[in-house]
Amino acid sequence: MSTPFYVSPQQAMADKAEYARKGIARGRSLVVLQYADGIVFVGENPSRALHKFSEIYDRIGFAAAGKYNEYENLRIGGVRYADLRGYTYDRDDVTARGLANVYAQTLGTIFSSAAEKPYEVELVVAEVGETPEGDQIYRLPHDGSIVDEHGSVAVGGNAEQISSYLDQRHEDGMSLAAALKLAVQALSREPNGGEREIPAGRLEVAVLDRTRPQQRKFKRIVGRQLARLLEADGAASAPTDAPSDEEEGEE
Amino acid sequence: MEANPRSTGRLPAAFLTPGSSSFVDFLSEHQPELLPGNRQLPPVQGVIEAPHGTTIVAATFPGGVVLAGDRRATMGNMIAQRDIEKVFPADEHSAVGIAGTAGLAVEMVKLFQLELEHFEKVEGATLSLEGKANRLSTMIRSNLGMAMQGLAVVPLFVGYDLDREKGRIFSYDVTGGRSEEQGYAATGSGSIFARGSMKKLFRDDLSEEQATTLVVQALYDAADDDSATGGPDVARRIYPIVTVITDEGFRRLSDDEASEIARSVLERRLEQPDGPRAALL
Repeated sequence: MSTPFYVSPQQAMADKAEYARKGIARGRSLVVLQYADGIVFVGENPSRALHKFSEIYDRIGFAAAGKYNEYENLRIGGVRYADLRGYTYDRDDVTARGLANVYAQTLGTIFSSAAEKPYEVELVVAEVGETPEGDQIYRLPHDGSIVDEHGSVAVGGNAEQISSYLDQRHEDGMSLAAALKLAVQALSREPNGGEREIPAGRLEVAVLDRTRPQQRKFKRIVGRQLARLLEADGAASAPTDAPSDEEEGEE
Repeated sequence: MEANPRSTGRLPAAFLTPGSSSFVDFLSEHQPELLPGNRQLPPVQGVIEAPHGTTIVAATFPGGVVLAGDRRATMGNMIAQRDIEKVFPADEHSAVGIAGTAGLAVEMVKLFQLELEHFEKVEGATLSLEGKANRLSTMIRSNLGMAMQGLAVVPLFVGYDLDREKGRIFSYDVTGGRSEEQGYAATGSGSIFARGSMKKLFRDDLSEEQATTLVVQALYDAADDDSATGGPDVARRIYPIVTVITDEGFRRLSDDEASEIARSVLERRLEQPDGPRAALL
């Protein structure tokens, strides 16, 4: 047998990280934002069937950028983890923090294992609380670290640029229409500074809505409802703001 | 997860293996001891005494289906619980009501709800109503060993079929045999009287409100002749659980709504104890 070339651990890790980052950046960006009544997921997705966002449990949503088969595997693993935990204990015992931890361990072990190629995915796990203060958003990069995010987060594509754009403009207590508009503006920005139009048909939008009476707070926003929200800007957004403010007052 | 901790804390391989969208299948591979059907009862003499849920009734109306249950659980000749809940939403457009051993039934419903929810989350689409009814069939069959020892669970499953645009009722026997019922159905100890009552009162053009009254009447008749079925408890304000499923989804009538129906039925019965009379010819 020929002797393998020596590669320093630093170099090996740097190569893996580079590999994973490139894979993730190839995908389109998606953003996750807090708004007054919950958390909204917005991304550009030409497919109607292959979702980037999905429900994990009552209050927990999942978003992923990168390689489809890899994050789909992790998503199903997360659903199984959450359902098993809720079945063995109680529905209240399933938390985003616990799930994020399991994901981080999984991604981290795969990343540092010599036998496996690193996953080219970046995940967001979000949990909507009873109040905006109770909302939790965790970003999970490919290497198994966890970043606790507040307000807004972007992953995939030119995430850095979009993140800084969102950080400057995102405010607490935005209405859903305003948050959605900001998200679309952020996603429309090209890396070279230009802008492009994203038609409503290519947008995938979902919310974790704390005001939903059902136990399961995750809901996809499609069709007419999406069109209505996208149209509601400036003066038209005032009526949509009003009921949400009232609901907040009740809490 | 906590039940079999791995040193790294990562998701075990079974969690990440693509395959079945069924939570029950996943459990049977990963943690079979958690499945109710895999439990062996120690050999015992005679019947095990455990709280028993009694009567469940269902009726369709144009645009949906109602499912209702009384609130009594009995243990032999004792009343074990006065306010037990035996009717549960299975998912957005279906519900299940259970008669039989209460503890096992509640566990079965919990697993059934999870099975439907799990499928919906993994696949991104809901099962067909027939598919849901078949899953429940399998779960009842897996309880057959217990049923032979007197711990049977016999549910009624109802749902709004979004494809056919109508409410449907499925009844079961202890072996998991499933049959679709037309119009109305009942299960549990008072079911004979409830069915007789509905047979005379049911029409296929009932409004939603009339259908809810019909099932409350049927439960009243069941309680009238079956000691294990509880009637409306005016003193404690415990009334039957009445649920309605339409294309808009599952809705459980509030306590106020249920009490209003139960009280109006009761009021009429003060004058006519045997309830409304059907025409002779």
